[in-house]
Amino acid sequence: MTLPPARKFDTLVIGAGGGGLRAALQLAQADASVAVVSKVFPIRSHTVAAQGGINAALANVLPDNWHWHMYDTIKGSDYLGDQDAIEYMCRAASNIVIELEHAGVPFSRLPDGRIYQRRFGGQSQNFGGEQAARACAAADRTGHAILHTLYQQNIRARTHFFDEYFAVDLIRDEQGYILGVLALEIETGEPLLIEAKTTLIATGGAGQLFRTNTNARINTGDGMAMALRAGIPLQDMEFFQFHPTGIAGKGMLISEGVRGEGGFLVNKDGERFMERYAPHAKDLASRDVVSRAIYTEVAEGRGCGAQGDHVFLKLDHLGEETVAARLPAIRELARTFLHIDPAHTPIPVYPTAHYTMGGIPTDRHGRVVVPAGQGEEAIPGLYAVGECACVSVHGANRLGGNSLLDIVVFGRAAGNDIIEYLRENRFHRPLNVASVEQALGRLARWERQGEGETVDGLRRELQQIMEQHCGVFRSQAVLEQGLDKVVQVQQRLANAVLRDHSRVFNTARIEALELENLVELALATVTSALGRTESRGAHSRVDHPQRDDERWLRHTLFFREGRTLDYKPVRMKPMTVESFAPKERTY
Amino acid sequence: MHSEPETRNSKLRQLRWRCRRGMLELDILLEGFLQHGYEALDGGQRADFERLLALPDQELLEYLLGTRTSTEGSLAHVIACIRNTSVF
Ligand SMILES: Cc1cc2nc3c(=O)[nH]c(=O)nc-3n(C[C@H](O)[C@H](O)[C@H](O)COP(=O)(O)OP(=O)(O)OC[C@H]3O[C@@H](n4cnc5c(N)ncnc54)[C@H](O)[C@@H]3O)c2cc1C
Repeated sequence: MTLPPARKFDTLVIGAGGGGLRAALQLAQADASVAVVSKVFPIRSHTVAAQGGINAALANVLPDNWHWHMYDTIKGSDYLGDQDAIEYMCRAASNIVIELEHAGVPFSRLPDGRIYQRRFGGQSQNFGGEQAARACAAADRTGHAILHTLYQQNIRARTHFFDEYFAVDLIRDEQGYILGVLALEIETGEPLLIEAKTTLIATGGAGQLFRTNTNARINTGDGMAMALRAGIPLQDMEFFQFHPTGIAGKGMLISEGVRGEGGFLVNKDGERFMERYAPHAKDLASRDVVSRAIYTEVAEGRGCGAQGDHVFLKLDHLGEETVAARLPAIRELARTFLHIDPAHTPIPVYPTAHYTMGGIPTDRHGRVVVPAGQGEEAIPGLYAVGECACVSVHGANRLGGNSLLDIVVFGRAAGNDIIEYLRENRFHRPLNVASVEQALGRLARWERQGEGETVDGLRRELQQIMEQHCGVFRSQAVLEQGLDKVVQVQQRLANAVLRDHSRVFNTARIEALELENLVELALATVTSALGRTESRGAHSRVDHPQRDDERWLRHTLFFREGRTLDYKPVRMKPMTVESFAPKERTY
Repeated sequence: MHSEPETRNSKLRQLRWRCRRGMLELDILLEGFLQHGYEALDGGQRADFERLLALPDQELLEYLLGTRTSTEGSLAHVIACIRNTSVF
């Protein structure tokens, strides 16, 4: 086998969303040679979709401090978040938002010029008291503004971009060092080897696992699957956030902002049912709570519409003027995709897959960690940040506004740690040809000709299985059936063929590689969900409805080899303050 | 040298990839249009479509949802085509 052409850099970042770009910036500004690989143009990364805001206890609108933010995040995580990482993130938040402001992110402002802050679900003052206002927003384009700003700064700092290159697999040597990645140039279909002393995975989430989801089509969890194939476990994959208000049957997000502005949910009897499930926070309770409430209303026959398969989000009572002034984008979304005007007609909504809480296990410096002896150790030179990583600040359930924060805080932290690593590891290690050949084998497999199933059909089937067998509510029997079905899809995928073998922009080949990744993650998700016999955060087992802190205050680790599970303790000890002990979670 | 149909196919595949965006809403609208509406465009309109694809996601979303209007006649025409081809 001839080896593909190679390029060498100090450091490689796979993924150009907010997480990858924040890390790359730190590195480029420290004069490292940085390569960023992205399967789409960087500014089309999924971070652009984040409209709501980024959390920081600036206390510009209502009293606030980082310690309250820390409490909310731990409570929101259903006590599965690591308290040291959460303290680190909440403490860093104000500074990082100010830094973004100075870099040029046009945050919305109060009349006195300070940054305006929105109220989001799960935010409280004084450790569970009154509603707080903690989300900083740049109108309804926060993610876009952050991504564009970071991209421009990276261009200025001379980061080298490989746009429209698809990362296939990590390259590693016998000692376990990661040497870089095998990538595919989408335009030419030619492989390229990118060698680096450190590699950071920042490839985002895997919403495409589920039939209805809020995510862009590119969110296929490629980096997580690459980690699995490199022998690294994935952590807490059973925790997938379902956003309560997706457009029914289609998945597009109707943001919490609608409920923040006074919209509320009703069942077919017109009842404001959230009053029953969360008497205090009602429609603004945490996402997992609202999702389960909607699911239950529908399951118990109180759903709306001819099929009774959704509930209504009402905002007609706000009046046409308010809807037009405060929620113009939502109004047009409903008009475009549903042909209704929400100023007059309620929006049919149902929970939709939204955010991957689990991912590649890391410490708070972004270093990828794996079990070793009684504890764990870092894989030399390998890092992960953002939605593909599990650091773990979101635990069993993420709060709105905490993901944009996560990606920039830990992107910066990983950048700083890589700079240290590069000081002590000044040379490239020799290439491991066997590992390159293995990665090339993944590509060669799709050259096979002949008859076979199509990738498109199998993807749809997989998404359907995940929705039916690993959705908002789960049980052993349903999960077991789901696992069997995913295994069958995996076997059938091994026999699938491409109809089109051309090289130039062969998107069918990319989609085949993405589907292989999704199947790996489906196995991880269902197996982890079967293992956890309790209900916590986004993971609800009807056969184990209670949270069980005795047995389950621990993280799941899924290994690809033999599909085995292992567990590790939650880090309950914060960096400097007292630990927050688990309490019942009520809203 | 590539044959003419191959060149046309690779162009379509390229456009298909460029319709992959950071937002689900755009994926759906653009892919739907590429499948059901693009063929009917003439050469100039196809060039306009490509100009649209070069825009940042947020701006494109605002055009396609109609919360913003393009002052450029020919772009506005293609935007209207996409909005009317909405597959739902
Ligand atoms: C509709 C929506 C609204 C949201 N709103 C908010 C909000 O208001 N506040 C908040 O905090 N969070 C929000 N989130 C969550 C947040 O947007 C994401 O979790 C976050 O942006 C993820 O950033 P990232 O850097 O980890 O990855 P992404 O931005 O997803 O970037 C991933 C990058 O990896 C690249 N990539 C992936 N696979 C490969 C591969 N195989 N080869 C090469 N490159 C690859 C992609 O091209 C891309 O550049 C929202 C999410 C959604 C879906």
